[in-house]
Amino acid sequence: MLEVRELTKIYEGGVLALDRVSFEVPKGQFLAVIGLSGSGKSTLLRCINRLVDPTSGKIIWDGYDITAASQDEMRHVRRKIGMVFQHFNLVARSSVLTNVLAGRLGYVNPFWSLINRFSRADVEKALGELERVGIRDKAMVRADELSGGQQQRVGIARAMMQEPQMILADEPVASLDPVLAHSIMQYLEQVNKEGVTVLCSLHFLDLVHRYANRVIALNQGKLVFDGLPTEIDDEKFKEIYGREAERVG
Amino acid sequence: MKSLKKSMDGKPSGLGKIAMFVRNSRQMLKSIGLGAAIFAGLVIYAYGFQVTKVNLQETKSERRQTQLVRILRALAKPDLLTYQYKEFEVNAPIMVPCPPEGYTSPAVDTSQPYMLITPPCAAPGDMVVVEGFHFQPNQSGPLSFIPPSGVKLNLGTIQTDEDGRFRLEVKLPKREANEVNYIRGVTRQRVGMPQLSQTARDTWDKIVETVFLALLATTIGTLIAIPLSFFAAQNLMKDITSPLTSVALNILALPLGFYLGGKLAAWVAALMRPALQMPLVMLAGIGVGVAVMVGGIRWALPQQEESVKPSLFVLVLRGAAIAAALLAGIFSLFLLSSLAMVVGDKLAKALGAFGFLGLFIADLGEILNMALVALVSLAGAGVFAAYAGQLGNRIARQTTPLLAKPLSVLLSALAGAVLLVLTLQAIDWFYQIGDPRITLWAPAVIGGAAGLLLAFLCRPNQELPVGMVIYFIARTIFNALRSIESLVMVIVFAVWVGIGPFAGVLALSLHTIAALAKLYSEQVESILPGPVEAVKATGANRLQTIVYAVIPQIIPPYISFTMYRWDINVRMSTIIGFAGGGGIGFLLQQNINLLNYRAASAQMLAIAIVVASMDYLSAKMRERTI
Ligand SMILES: Nc1ncnc2c1ncn2[C@@H]1O[C@H](COP(=O)(O)OP(=O)(O)O)[C@@H](O)[C@H]1O
Ligand SMILES: [Mg+2]
Repeated sequence: MLEVRELTKIYEGGVLALDRVSFEVPKGQFLAVIGLSGSGKSTLLRCINRLVDPTSGKIIWDGYDITAASQDEMRHVRRKIGMVFQHFNLVARSSVLTNVLAGRLGYVNPFWSLINRFSRADVEKALGELERVGIRDKAMVRADELSGGQQQRVGIARAMMQEPQMILADEPVASLDPVLAHSIMQYLEQVNKEGVTVLCSLHFLDLVHRYANRVIALNQGKLVFDGLPTEIDDEKFKEIYGREAERVG
Repeated sequence: MKSLKKSMDGKPSGLGKIAMFVRNSRQMLKSIGLGAAIFAGLVIYAYGFQVTKVNLQETKSERRQTQLVRILRALAKPDLLTYQYKEFEVNAPIMVPCPPEGYTSPAVDTSQPYMLITPPCAAPGDMVVVEGFHFQPNQSGPLSFIPPSGVKLNLGTIQTDEDGRFRLEVKLPKREANEVNYIRGVTRQRVGMPQLSQTARDTWDKIVETVFLALLATTIGTLIAIPLSFFAAQNLMKDITSPLTSVALNILALPLGFYLGGKLAAWVAALMRPALQMPLVMLAGIGVGVAVMVGGIRWALPQQEESVKPSLFVLVLRGAAIAAALLAGIFSLFLLSSLAMVVGDKLAKALGAFGFLGLFIADLGEILNMALVALVSLAGAGVFAAYAGQLGNRIARQTTPLLAKPLSVLLSALAGAVLLVLTLQAIDWFYQIGDPRITLWAPAVIGGAAGLLLAFLCRPNQELPVGMVIYFIARTIFNALRSIESLVMVIVFAVWVGIGPFAGVLALSLHTIAALAKLYSEQVESILPGPVEAVKATGANRLQTIVYAVIPQIIPPYISFTMYRWDINVRMSTIIGFAGGGGIGFLLQQNINLLNYRAASAQMLAIAIVVASMDYLSAKMRERTI
């Protein structure tokens, strides 16, 4: 159970990116976060694993106050939260396997990882995750030699290495073409079915309808919708995306 | 109607006039400004000519021009090749004074080189003409007068033309004899193939020295600059924060750890002394040390986090094991360095021509030995600081404000006092103030007060931007060091370690550290933030994030900047000898001072070749890394 209470983020320049946002996510839900670009979706997801420090408000996860955790304590929180990025954020010059193994860094002993030693079990696990996303044969290839869709699969494998209880996916398919988008979303769906809570920001409503259990919508940092995907009618749509927006999906 | 019309076309014209006036005056102002700027420029350059003593008269004067021609001609003929010469001597008889019966010189073999003297006899001090035939063309050599006693009296220098002839009018010495005197002409003839001259060989030696000087300086500079560059990278430092208590404890622990580390190193060195003459014992010691270290670390640091928290007893045991492993590591390194010194010395004697390899090993051992003390001190400081930081964090976060506040006040005051006293002690070392009121009591009170004030202003668990403070300090130091040219630094080092290439290595290294740390840190700042965030989001700690997300990104630019720096260092090392830093510059300067321009020319040529090929090489290698 993730509780977000009155979450506010004001960036240094004075931009109000989140404005007293409150919602709850029960364990195992697939929650879509929608909104125009600049509405605060990334900021919201990044506040949850504290890549961005919120200005005020609380985030409580299974009773633990994430917003009050120190940097050391965050290490333990973060390793249970996988993150998938729009631009994949792989380390381009490292091998696919190393990129995936990086997902274990929160668990392994720092000393051994600094000299690039992972246990046999971890390597096996990494290869298993690559198998699951169908690119085991690319394990030794440099990450930047993969196509976009393959890179995002590596991103998912890296997140899964963390044995996460929650995955934050920030527009995971926005840089991919629609066919690939579905295959990536299906991996997320599968992970969700295994019991992992997924918070996924999305651009296209058809993807929301297809994959999400529930939607929240942001507009200029404010929560303007919280409900089922099917509840987004034309009126709600205009509220979320603005009056001029045309519904295409 | 009329008047209206008048006023109507009068108005615009009036406005037009004003507009034109405004435009004109603006234009005029512009022109005046331009004129003033040109005038100011003229003044600046005129002054520049004056202070740099531009003197065109001097460049035109005859004396200067002949000098210039001489130098340029010498420079055009670098002293690179020499020949073996065979000396050729030809003797021609002459009577001084003429005997009463007169004198005719005997007939000469005109198929061989020969000389004719006219007249064949003359009074002392008279002028005679000496002509030579069939000599080596275009040669020169001495012409001397040989009286019967056999001494050599110099008459002049002969210079043969392309037909091998010469003609010289010489004045006979004021000596008389009843017997025949001789005039001897000597020319030299090249035999065999050209060989490298002594200058060329010296130049080669020095150019090798130069290139290696640059290589060493670049290596040392790079090794030290890489870790330091992270401290000067804003994106890595900006989110390092810690509460005041932690900072204060750090300030207190760092010097203590440094001091104790140094003591530990000295203790280990003293303990090792008896073993130093027994290489086999040392070898065995290294083996045992490494085994203990690896075993200890393996046992004490499980690869995976355990599901059950280990008991306190196990934790203490593990701590002890890690301490033992560290100690074993230090011991092994000390033994290794001593062993290298002993073995290197033996090898140097045994290897003969390759003795430098032995010396190299011995030197490496000595460097390791010297570096170890510093390393152990630094490690001590690091360990202490790490624990102090953790302790500080705990105090700041997990104790009640009732306890946290007074602790933070106390520690902060103490740290402020210590920091300022240490600073003043350092200043005292330079300026020898020698007054404890200034170097001890005043800074203790002022520092303490500043610490107090800071502690009252901060909440106990407020995060202070320590990273940015370190960042600014590192930046400032690098910028200051970088602005001191290595040519200036080498003067200080030459005083310390003596004139020679080692002083050059040290000066260039120091400059390289500052310059590269700056360049490297800019590369760190321009890496993609995405992968760093992604790795951080997995729960990696700061060091892991650097190793897994930062370092892979900076390897290509680091290599490329290192190559670039080597290129610069080669250039610098060619002239660092001018200031006492060894290398080819030293030779060049000597030859210029001795007016030996042909030798200097050889060295300039060598410099040009080395710099050009280094330039090419580094460009090629940089291309490959990108
Ligand atoms: N690091 C930052 N500094 C300042 N403003 C930011 C920063 N990141 C995002 N913003 C601003 O915050 C607002 C929300 O951005 P973001 O969360 O990225 O929106 P979304 O992901 O929905 O496109 C935008 O106006 C954006 O310009
Ligand atoms: Mg976004």
